[in-house]
Amino acid sequence: METLAALGAGFAVALSPENLLWCLLGTSLGTAIGVLPGLGPALTIALLLPITFQVPATAAFILFAGIYYGAMYGGSTTSILLNTPGESATIVTALEGNRMARSGRAGAALATAAIGSFVAGTIGTLGITFLAPVVVDFALKFGPAEYFSLMVVAFVTVSAVLGSSPVRGLASLFFGIWLGLIGIDLQTGQARFTFGLDELLDGVNVIVVAVGLFAIGETLYVAARRHAGQDEIIPLRGSLYMTRAEWSRSWKPWLRGAAIGFPIGAMPAGGAEVPTFLSYWTEKKLSKHPEEFGTTGAIEGVAGPEAANNASAAGVLVPMLTLGLPTGATAAIMLSAFQSYGINPGPLLFQSQPALVWGLIASLYIANIMLLVLNLPLVGLWVRILRIPPPLLYAGILVFATIGTYGISNSVVDLMLLYAIGAVGFLMRRYDFPTAPVVIGMILGPLAEQEFRRAMTISNGDWGVFVTKPLSATLLALAALALAGPLLWRLSRRRRTA
Amino acid sequence: MQLTKRELVLAALAVAAGSRTAAAQVVEQLQIFVPAAPGGGWDQTARTIDAVLRANGQIKTSQVTNVPGAGGVVGLPQFLNQWRGRPNAVMVGGMVMVGAIIANKAPVKLTSTVPVARLTGEFEVLVVPPTSPFKNAGDFAAALKADPGKVPVAGGSAGGTDHIMLGMIGKAVGVPAGKLSYVAFAGGGPAQAALLGGHVAAGISGWGEFSEQVKAGKLRALAISADVRQPGIDVPTLKEQGIDVELFNWRGVFAPPGVTAAQRDAMIALMETMAKSEAWLAECKKRDWTSIPLFGDAYAQYLETETARIEAILKDLGLA
Repeated sequence: METLAALGAGFAVALSPENLLWCLLGTSLGTAIGVLPGLGPALTIALLLPITFQVPATAAFILFAGIYYGAMYGGSTTSILLNTPGESATIVTALEGNRMARSGRAGAALATAAIGSFVAGTIGTLGITFLAPVVVDFALKFGPAEYFSLMVVAFVTVSAVLGSSPVRGLASLFFGIWLGLIGIDLQTGQARFTFGLDELLDGVNVIVVAVGLFAIGETLYVAARRHAGQDEIIPLRGSLYMTRAEWSRSWKPWLRGAAIGFPIGAMPAGGAEVPTFLSYWTEKKLSKHPEEFGTTGAIEGVAGPEAANNASAAGVLVPMLTLGLPTGATAAIMLSAFQSYGINPGPLLFQSQPALVWGLIASLYIANIMLLVLNLPLVGLWVRILRIPPPLLYAGILVFATIGTYGISNSVVDLMLLYAIGAVGFLMRRYDFPTAPVVIGMILGPLAEQEFRRAMTISNGDWGVFVTKPLSATLLALAALALAGPLLWRLSRRRRTA
Repeated sequence: MQLTKRELVLAALAVAAGSRTAAAQVVEQLQIFVPAAPGGGWDQTARTIDAVLRANGQIKTSQVTNVPGAGGVVGLPQFLNQWRGRPNAVMVGGMVMVGAIIANKAPVKLTSTVPVARLTGEFEVLVVPPTSPFKNAGDFAAALKADPGKVPVAGGSAGGTDHIMLGMIGKAVGVPAGKLSYVAFAGGGPAQAALLGGHVAAGISGWGEFSEQVKAGKLRALAISADVRQPGIDVPTLKEQGIDVELFNWRGVFAPPGVTAAQRDAMIALMETMAKSEAWLAECKKRDWTSIPLFGDAYAQYLETETARIEAILKDLGLA
């Protein structure tokens, strides 16, 4: 009851005309930067930090939260239409989303992404409102050993994108892990695989790799097959929005995605990418149309991961608001904005700044509704992009990818990397190596490695730590079950029929 | 840039007028080089300098350039070469950069710049979870001496300020740096999470990162690395507890090489006026920065000794 009264007071703050305007500005800006690969919410908010000298705290945070949520919506648009992920959390969306777009269902893919984001974003915001203390207690139980086991579970998801040849898929995975290891090693401070280039000391940006492999590689492939007859992009088939069947195939993935995304987002080292992998794997296993995955595009593979990344965005705000813990780049920058106002974000924030915190939470509900209203009508407009003749469209993608990549850190080295990885992506497509495992390996590999070494340092070199901790042991058992389960099931069935 | 005759005359007049009021000269445009991404400590220092100088009417406009990467190692060569001789330009940097240059064996040195001013410092704090058996720094040191492998300590990246501080404590109490169990996290936030969850024995970070948790009773502060007790902070220093360690994660500004002596002096004067202003001191208080001003030659001298001190510790830790 107390929570509801506080939330009511929060809505009174958030619904003032001025704050509504800040929210609208934030969500529009967020959608725009989400669309651009490279420009992410963390960088945008950092560049907007000086406005904290000019506007009141509540307005600034409503603006920042709008940008954050908006970027999660916008990132899926280019993933689906152009196979060019705008954010690392929407890389998985490109897998099925772009295939759907090519077979004339871009409208449905965009719609399920937008509505799924709304549903999951609202569930996540409800989670912040009512479950924050419980969730944060659970999240803190995760130490290095538990995270390593969680990463092992996430590695199982690679099986969903391996393609027909496991050897090729695993080769791609290890290429990705290697890319992820480039840079200064956090535990020892030593540079690895940097070839003497200072620009590589901070590692390779995953967006550069994803855009290089997907967008540039694809463009080169299409150009190379120009005279060999190409697979045609169908701009639109059937209705613009979702059909009844697509609705009924979407709602469960939305809910499952939200259930996976929110708790992992709330974990200090969870992030937004891992839940999208887990959701994609879950949906592929549960789908009644597994034949559509990787061919014509399955709507479940868009609905689940899109819901998961929005719910995880809400999850990230839980430790930030309850404990003052920044668990992602965006949260860290929002925390530094608190300091500009002389507000110390910490365990006492809810008590010391109730108007600000509850105003911010209320504005998250409003931002979600605004984003749905902003994004659904845009679907019709976006779909028209696919009517552009392929040579012009692909030229446009090249320009777009190049500008976006340069925007990440204004670095020429990044551009050279983009095109080198694009060339690798072309060769991989030409010789039938799947590209998605590269990205999964690149994100999970270094995370798993760092957590493993932290766990070993803490346990003083005792390997038992992964099975003696109950949470960690449970996760490892889950991973083993997910890997061996289908195999055993198939074996036992074969024996019965034989 | 092409200048017309008229503009040249105007510029000459402006220079003449400027030289007459050299002491209180208003800088037309200050260029600030930040060798880190927007949002971090150096970036916040740069943007606060900018805001205060503007509010004080000391500069008219400014431009902040961010070149992130590897604790400043990516940005520094660019500042040394491409910004060479620019009169109204400064780079923000600090102790982390000294360490990063040594650890990465970078071919450039911070001493190749023209040191202008040390402005702020953040002392470090040693914390434990509230359930920990360590009640003071002495308990911690005793456990460290008994078996350093049983005392995993969380902090930021290897070779950073937090790691250096643990190395110094180890040295002071006679535990070889190679035996210390240091768990590196990507910054104070994730390290804090590991502490709150009770996954490590202790943690080290800047006071600002942990202060709220300490005030709320979620973490217990054993000691701070300041030289003397800090007003309003009820935590003893390491020195008070018999561990001879003093460490400030300091931040300052540097002019590019190739500026004239007059340009250097003007920049020092600009920063001196700012560092004394009320607006600056208010910002420092708000952000938990300790104002530790030091200018010109004294600062250059400090930079030399600090570099030698950090290099020695990093060698002990096996990072240099």
